[in-house]
Amino acid sequence: MGYHRITLTVNGVMELVDVPSNMTLLQMLREKLGLTGTKNGCASGECGACTVMLNGEPVNSCMVLAVECDGADVVTVEGLAKNGQLDPLQEAIIETGGVQCGFCTPGILISSRALLNRKPKPTEFEIREAISGNLCRCTGYNRIVEAVKKVAGTE
Amino acid sequence: MQNPHPGLPEIEYIKPASLEEASKFLAAHAGEARPFLGGTDTFVRLRDGAWKDKYLVDVKGLDGTAQVSFDPEKGLTIGAGVAMNRVEAMPEVREHYPLLAEAIRTVASYQLRNRATIVGNICNASPAGDTIGACMLYGGVLKVFGADGVREEPLDTFFKGPGKTNLKPGDIALSLTLPLPPRGHVGRYIKVARNKLGDLAIVGVSVLAYPDATLASGYRFLIALASVAPVPLRVPAAEKVLAEKTIDEATIAEAAQIAMDSCSPIDDVRGSAQYRKLMVRNMTRRALTEVWQKLTQAA
Repeated sequence: MGYHRITLTVNGVMELVDVPSNMTLLQMLREKLGLTGTKNGCASGECGACTVMLNGEPVNSCMVLAVECDGADVVTVEGLAKNGQLDPLQEAIIETGGVQCGFCTPGILISSRALLNRKPKPTEFEIREAISGNLCRCTGYNRIVEAVKKVAGTE
Repeated sequence: MQNPHPGLPEIEYIKPASLEEASKFLAAHAGEARPFLGGTDTFVRLRDGAWKDKYLVDVKGLDGTAQVSFDPEKGLTIGAGVAMNRVEAMPEVREHYPLLAEAIRTVASYQLRNRATIVGNICNASPAGDTIGACMLYGGVLKVFGADGVREEPLDTFFKGPGKTNLKPGDIALSLTLPLPPRGHVGRYIKVARNKLGDLAIVGVSVLAYPDATLASGYRFLIALASVAPVPLRVPAAEKVLAEKTIDEATIAEAAQIAMDSCSPIDDVRGSAQYRKLMVRNMTRRALTEVWQKLTQAA
């Protein structure tokens, strides 16, 4: 099976990686770059635990080939904090108790951050719609929605 | 249950430099190579072993497949590689093709729609494809590149069975064109699934209607059904009744009954055939009623 040399930016850092044809973006992040904040849940595009931003838009990284990301800009949960300061969304989800086991949290944070980037004052329906592809089996979503509203200033 | 692994089976990723090269490769490797767009169906099929291809031929970005454009005369042309969210977010799509925008919003999740494509949804030819009904009712025509050059495939005659279409080895769908809908059109897509967001359709009903003075009823109604036949299903017999009789509750009920009698659903994990048939009747009635109310409000 063929290998491909790709360059891409991950969390603001330029990376040069050799990836086999069948390697997903998720595998590359976790296994080649050691960014294990992005989780592998269902590996079929349903649970959203592997959500990352690809060129500014959230995608399921289990459903993208690494080789397709040549020249791309990727942001994972590790890239949300800036200069040692958590993203306000991370602060808010801690405050509201929107984290229990934490497995869905990286994906939830990326989906919610992407929503706030494209729509700073979303309605509750828009928040729920934006995270509908991120399954949480602990908190039941209300506290997560509350955290997003807190950052949007729409509580 | 086997632990889900993120990996795909061994497969070669091919990125051809031209359509000719892509088409020749696909034709030479019939049965073991397929054109690759968003991958949202392909990856699932490869992982569960249903598809055993050796090559994914990435056709995104070849000759116009990455563009989407609107022309007030020609209509909307959606490149094969254009993700659903990009289409849904276009002001021209929301204004002129609201039924398509509505259908897109019911597909899986936001992040999946950043990869999934309309043309991929069509070529995958699942009877449950949410956006296929809207594309059929808007009179969609696929542009296909093949061994004999470029040809057009109207969607009404494109589907042959679950996963089966008129596409042959070496064919590459380039784009979908939707002509500008007639003045005064109103659409509605109603979908029932196991949950409100993110699931596949148990039944999907698309309705598009517009004033047409040449018809006895004064209106042309178009109906497409998802997930209740081997192919995305049009219901001409019901459309005929709605063209010929005065539109009222009884005519709508008659058309809905014809829709129910026209479909041939199966039992599966998402719902029984009998449930699907009854839901076709109820949802068709509901969609027709809602569209009819909007048409009369506009008149």
